[in-house]
Amino acid sequence: MIAKTYQRIRARAEAQVATVYPPDRARILIGLGTCGIAAGGREVLAAVQQKLAEDRIEADLVQVGCIGMCHAEPLLDIVLPSQPRIGYGNVTPQRAMQLVEDGLRNGSLHPEWALAVIGDEPLDGIPPWGELPFFKHQHRQVLRNCGFINPAVIEEYIARDGYLALTKALAEMSPEAVMEEVKRAGLRGRGGAGFPTGLKWQFCRTAEGSPKYVICNFDEGDPGAFMNRSLVESDPHTVIEGLIIAAYAIGAHQGYIYVRAEYPLAIVRLRQAIAQAEALNLLGDDILGSGFDFHIPIKEGAGAFVCGEETALMASIEGRRGMPRPRPPFPAQSGLWGKPTNINNVGTLANIPLIIRQGADWYSQIGSEKSKGTKIFCLTGKIIRSGWVEVPMGTPLSEIVFDIGGGPPEGRKFKAIQTGGPSGGCIPASMLDLPVDYESLTEAGSIMGSGGMVVMDEDNCMVDIARFFLTFTQSESCGKCIPCRIGTKRMLEILERICRGEGELEHIDLLLELCETVSLGSLCGLGQTAPNPVLTTIRYFRDEYLAHIEGKRCPALRCEALISYYILPDKCQGCGICRRACPADAISGDRRTIHIIDHSKCTKCGTCLDVCPPRFGAVAKVSGEHIPTPEEPIPVGTWDVRAQSAQEPADCWQS
Amino acid sequence: MDPKLQTILAEYDRTRRGELITLLQRVQGELGYISEEAIFGISEALDVPTAEVFGTLTFYTQFRLTPVGRHLVRVCRGTACHVQGSQRILRRVVDFLGIEPGQTREDMAFSLEQIACFGACSLAPVMVVDDDTCGRLTPDRAEEILERYQ
Repeated sequence: MIAKTYQRIRARAEAQVATVYPPDRARILIGLGTCGIAAGGREVLAAVQQKLAEDRIEADLVQVGCIGMCHAEPLLDIVLPSQPRIGYGNVTPQRAMQLVEDGLRNGSLHPEWALAVIGDEPLDGIPPWGELPFFKHQHRQVLRNCGFINPAVIEEYIARDGYLALTKALAEMSPEAVMEEVKRAGLRGRGGAGFPTGLKWQFCRTAEGSPKYVICNFDEGDPGAFMNRSLVESDPHTVIEGLIIAAYAIGAHQGYIYVRAEYPLAIVRLRQAIAQAEALNLLGDDILGSGFDFHIPIKEGAGAFVCGEETALMASIEGRRGMPRPRPPFPAQSGLWGKPTNINNVGTLANIPLIIRQGADWYSQIGSEKSKGTKIFCLTGKIIRSGWVEVPMGTPLSEIVFDIGGGPPEGRKFKAIQTGGPSGGCIPASMLDLPVDYESLTEAGSIMGSGGMVVMDEDNCMVDIARFFLTFTQSESCGKCIPCRIGTKRMLEILERICRGEGELEHIDLLLELCETVSLGSLCGLGQTAPNPVLTTIRYFRDEYLAHIEGKRCPALRCEALISYYILPDKCQGCGICRRACPADAISGDRRTIHIIDHSKCTKCGTCLDVCPPRFGAVAKVSGEHIPTPEEPIPVGTWDVRAQSAQEPADCWQS
Repeated sequence: MDPKLQTILAEYDRTRRGELITLLQRVQGELGYISEEAIFGISEALDVPTAEVFGTLTFYTQFRLTPVGRHLVRVCRGTACHVQGSQRILRRVVDFLGIEPGQTREDMAFSLEQIACFGACSLAPVMVVDDDTCGRLTPDRAEEILERYQ
């Protein structure tokens, strides 16, 4: 009966998809996730719409989610009748119009602009997408729909096996069997700590009390992490289906999706998706005639990082300040409004339909010994191919950074990768062989976290990075535990002093001592892990701390108090460009005289370095060095280098 | 009392105390900020102490106690933006607008805020003006964008 109802829904969905996308009609797909929009996707959409209308070209225009190639946004794909789908990257409105005109009118696909064929075979020299370095090393199973379906249309999800897992669970499996399957699959929480999901469900299922609640944690607050946003924007039903199955296994009839308010598009997608699922009776009362009821309201967060912590999140849903409380009792015993509650991350729930549909044996083939399945990461920072990627657990970091991401741009040297957000740490180049799974990352002093990976190169100062994260945790500390509230503040002050060149050697030991206190004396993960960025930077980059403390210099030329800008007297041509551009009026000199910077006025904004014509290369940024310059502006060519004992500064980078 | 506020508050009573945050979001959505009058009104409607309303709303960064300018400029201070030089973007925006983060210009044209992360990290550095996310910024491009809103 349940299976039959699903078959009917599925047949109708497939028929609808076939009518919407007849094979004899051309189709244009535009990626309009938040990233696509930020990169100018809406302008491209408008240009295409205008072109189609003006030239009366017949074609379907489809807005899709994100395929993960954020570095190539805006993305536009063209499917000509009975031809494979061709993807184009970095599309401007002009180029989009050209592509539409040449492609749809004349069948000319401009292979020179194409990224890939979204199919298995090459075409006109365009490689299939699976051969692009960005995709070749990935294993996309959770993200299989992203960029392929219109996230606003439930039928497109259903036509690709959507809600099949829910049907299977309701029709063929007892709640215990569903739970056992998830346990056997070895799935662990994708939100950070990696607790076995099936076990977590069991605690809640067997706990005394009713009603029971299941919550989807979509408070993706880690700066540098956006995989949950992209997933929900591109394929919201995967997450909803996972949540319904979780509720069935646990015996809950009420769920919540707690989503951060900074994700407006994701909220729209979720609301749409929930309404559509309800309309097809895949959600609501008596789902598919199974007798199982489940409802999901959406709760919007209000901007507090700590609400990603389970007990704080529940306090926030209850309308109170999001402050964590001691555990036990664990949410499984006493959670939302004192009732047994299960909380799973978006990424965890998105794995559930796969496990139920394909089985635990299939699922656990992929991954490492203790970390099964795949993990989605966001690759950002100093990297050529930024984006979001899905790889098997246990993939070496180097494969993610270099094979998929292409390493830092412009041949710069890779320095470190930050994983796990403010709770994680910085892993140095020497440890790039590390396989990414829960245990290895923890051993290295970092954590898996939600999956943000920020790549840093030689221009990034690791003391500054530690200071940056402490600024974040310090302002996001809820204030309940004194070691976290005051400890992070004191740590931040010390790091600020080191960055200003006022650090002393004993500060390093003091920081390590504070790290221990804050970590041991805090109730929740925020405080317990806040020291990780400091600990890992001291562990792997102690020389940079020493350079700031002993040498009063910042080797990466990043810490403003420790850097100076000089106009090189033997190179300056007296053109005056820097003087006119300087926002602080700190540069003096007439035309054809050597310009000089008044260091008492200089705000170190770097504008002079940016504007100095590369053929002169006359502005230098240095740290811990003094470059001799004239006292007063003198005519160009009259500066005698030999008279000065000028040495090439060690940490000098000239434009 | 502001009639819009009155209409919203009329829907609430003490049985809906758990919806304090949702109510604050609705009020701010309507008024643009949480006024003093609104704090007292919410306290009365839900029958929770004024101090609790104030304590809760100041706990969350989303809520504002002062009216917001016609354009809201939010500069991202996330990790990816930081390593790509968001400080320089912020500095230029501060210079251009003449206000610090958390402030609103006297002519009410702009408010400036810093946000933890928008999740558009691969386009860092990022700023959001009203509802438009602008990525891959340079200081010059940030200024050009703001000029359009003048």
